[in-house]
Amino acid sequence: MATPNFSSVNVDDEIPSLNMPPMTRHALAIYCGASGDHNPLHVDSDFAKEAGLDDVIAHGMLIMAYMGRTLTGWVQQDAIRSFDTRFQAMTCIGDAITTSGKIVEKFTDEGESCVRVEIAAADQTGEVKAVGNAVVALS
Amino acid sequence: MTIDRKFIGSQSKPFDADVEKGRLRLFAKAIGEADPIYFDEAAAQEAGHASILMPPTFLFCLEMESPDPYAWFREIGIPLPRALHGGQSFKYDRPAHAGDVMTFNSEIADIYDKKNGALEFVIQDVFVTNQHGDSVASFRRSIAIRNA
Repeated sequence: MATPNFSSVNVDDEIPSLNMPPMTRHALAIYCGASGDHNPLHVDSDFAKEAGLDDVIAHGMLIMAYMGRTLTGWVQQDAIRSFDTRFQAMTCIGDAITTSGKIVEKFTDEGESCVRVEIAAADQTGEVKAVGNAVVALS
Repeated sequence: MTIDRKFIGSQSKPFDADVEKGRLRLFAKAIGEADPIYFDEAAAQEAGHASILMPPTFLFCLEMESPDPYAWFREIGIPLPRALHGGQSFKYDRPAHAGDVMTFNSEIADIYDKKNGALEFVIQDVFVTNQHGDSVASFRRSIAIRNA
């Protein structure tokens, strides 16, 4: 991967997005096992309905993992200093997640050149599921 | 129903979790990862890593390796059907790879409500060190409870 350098990037530059296929129960079952998060809300429709939802919903951390892939597809992981996400809407079966990200700030922190990247995940209707930001060190 | 604020500051018993190669491979599959440094040891080593690289959000998963990861939800009275993940943040100090052992120390940093109690929030802070005693990362999990 060609990691960008600090002087070559600018505020408002976009980073490459990630397009995921529509969410399936199968994907949630695999994430349930792989993540170790066995909360039945994500894989058991009966439990989800008892909890007042129409059906199972995706793990927020699966959406954050897609956002993380967006970052590590752009820079090497050891450049990521911090990564925050707020979950804003539930991701349902059939929702196709697309991520987007752009540089919103260039700054120096304790002598290290950094950029702040705003990153979001939205579905096919444009509903935003999660927004976050990451601080990435660039040389 | 409200969660007793006396639990602010309470700490969980520390525990260790192995960063396992097979588990990282399964996680890579689950998130559709295409970069082989996250599932192929030879590719990871060629890129300069000791082994398969642990991806940025995986520590949250390993924290669930404790024998009963939702035990503290029950202890402080978080009702699972009404609990949602509100937010998550990570601060990274150094990478970790398959073969490393992570030690987790966590505490409840805050409990508060919004909208006259219709929403309650429990904030958990987790500190992660490796087998050498070096900090790998810390992370903060915000749990939202729908009371109305």
